[in-house]
Amino acid sequence: SSNNNNTARFDAARRVAIFGGTHGNEMSGVTLVNLWMQNSAEIQRKGLEIKPFITNPKAVEKCVRYVDTDLNRAFTQENLSATGGDELPYEVQRAQEINRMFGPKGSAEAYDVIFDLHNTTSNMGCTLILESSKDAFNLQMMNYIKKAFAPASCLVLLNEHPLLKYSTSRSVAKHPVGMEVGPQPQGVLRSNIFEAMRVILKHALDFISLFNEGMEFPPCTVEVFRVLERMDYPRDANGNIIAMVHPNLQDCDWEPLNPGDPMFQTFDGKTIHYQGSSTVYPTFINEAAYYEKQQAFVTTRRETLAASAIRKA
Amino acid sequence: MQVDEPVRLPRLSRVAVCGGTHGNELSGVYLVREMLKPENRKEDGGPASLLMLLSNPRAVQQCTRYVDTDLNRCFTHATLNGPASEGAPYEIFRARELNNLLGPKGSRAAVDLICDLHNTTANMGLCFIAYSDCDWVCLHIFRHLQKQMPDTPMRFIHFDVSTKESYSLDSIGKHGFAMEIGPQPHGCVKSNIYTAMREGVQHMRDWVSCFNSGCVFEGGPVDVFTMVKNVDYPRDGETRNITAAIHPRLQDRDFCLLRPGEPLFQTFSGETVKYQGDEALYAFFINECAYYEKGIALSLARKRRVTVPSIHVQTDEEE
Repeated sequence: SSNNNNTARFDAARRVAIFGGTHGNEMSGVTLVNLWMQNSAEIQRKGLEIKPFITNPKAVEKCVRYVDTDLNRAFTQENLSATGGDELPYEVQRAQEINRMFGPKGSAEAYDVIFDLHNTTSNMGCTLILESSKDAFNLQMMNYIKKAFAPASCLVLLNEHPLLKYSTSRSVAKHPVGMEVGPQPQGVLRSNIFEAMRVILKHALDFISLFNEGMEFPPCTVEVFRVLERMDYPRDANGNIIAMVHPNLQDCDWEPLNPGDPMFQTFDGKTIHYQGSSTVYPTFINEAAYYEKQQAFVTTRRETLAASAIRKA
Repeated sequence: MQVDEPVRLPRLSRVAVCGGTHGNELSGVYLVREMLKPENRKEDGGPASLLMLLSNPRAVQQCTRYVDTDLNRCFTHATLNGPASEGAPYEIFRARELNNLLGPKGSRAAVDLICDLHNTTANMGLCFIAYSDCDWVCLHIFRHLQKQMPDTPMRFIHFDVSTKESYSLDSIGKHGFAMEIGPQPHGCVKSNIYTAMREGVQHMRDWVSCFNSGCVFEGGPVDVFTMVKNVDYPRDGETRNITAAIHPRLQDRDFCLLRPGEPLFQTFSGETVKYQGDEALYAFFINECAYYEKGIALSLARKRRVTVPSIHVQTDEEE
């Protein structure tokens, strides 16, 4: 028996964007978007406007994460309403432009769905990133993608944490969807990673197509990993890192980390253990871009979210 | 039965270990910083003095490969001795500083041995990269590491470049090699990679101590991979953007034998591009991030067995 008899109605998703190059050195998204800007046959769906778009062209050109500041943290209300024109940091200017084109964030004119394509040096496999546990449309989409991709794994990371949540490029849309595939070094294009991202995006577009044609999706549950806290590297008095992710933890994204388990290894070989009070599920383990953000990994807990049935209004 | 006399070689009095020649290759950066800590600067027990330094501190500070130009291509005689100029790229200025400190290249004052620490995104395990296939010091150190670290995949790569044209930091010393370990993403340190580098450097130091104190090192065979050519990605004629990625059947298979007709690349529309050469060669530096801009998707080598003679330090009378 279903635990929610109400079918949530959403407008057809007519305007969809696919963002690549939000970080200029995350190559799967850059390559896919460039490909589709040249030839969009693969991503076309009836009744749907799908716009592939390079969000940070200067960073892509230099093959760096960002030029002045991280674009994927730049979509704060403060930045979006800042004055200063071309005195502003490059990525703040870009955020304002993207907000004009695909937003405004929070308004009725905003794009229905934005897929933001990312890679990570962490061994996260295929991960969908959800920003709200209440977005039934996104939950149903993620449920669909997971089932279509099975038996291969596609997990869902929920970042709703009031302090750790950040203002992403995709957040200008009504339904923002992050797609993170790893492990892949920055600046490198790996065939298997590229193909995996291509497939999960295909499933996502199929879902939207089916939804727009009037298919009703019954109530479902989705397992998610909810972000709990950021764990930094141990540092000395001068702020220098004094240990690395422990070999027992390296590449073990999504596996349980129990109190007392090895967590870091100092440069002279000593083990530092996890001191938390309960088992957590770490992810974003050893992401290169996060050394400067004081993050060795994030902890998560497993939750099952319920989504109501959905149908086009 | 005649036993060959070991080859006599001069003592290695001054040894340098360099990290951060590329500022985002972090195992070497963290290892050199660790080795520079006061509590770690113990005496080896041997007569060698050990210099440890970060080659490109500005690039290290920015966690980038280089600031203006690749430091590890700046050590040709021509670049080192070229005209001094105000607006010279930072790395050329720094290369000349390093040449003063560790060289001058080609002179009697140069350090005896340079070990330059690098990481690669390619799945190469631990590699020595040297300009010579008959530098018995480097080859013996390699043999020593093979014996001491049997679980670590280890190869000796030879770039057949003349002394005149040699361009990397390790070419400043009388003997020198790069210790290249992967796979590790740039900007990241992986504990297993760091540990392999730390152990490799320690074994090298032990070997040098032993050599200087008169140990005889028995000769034997070493497989040497001599670089033959590089292969670039297929690229779009106009934009020069790549149009294919390393084929999934080749990705991560460094030092496999690539035969004519075998898969090399997979285009973005799914076609396989095959290796068109006449000769089966060994692939390495498969999908190294920093080489996209140098037009290198992978490098190809021939393998041959080199017989390394026994060696022994020259005694004072012999020098």
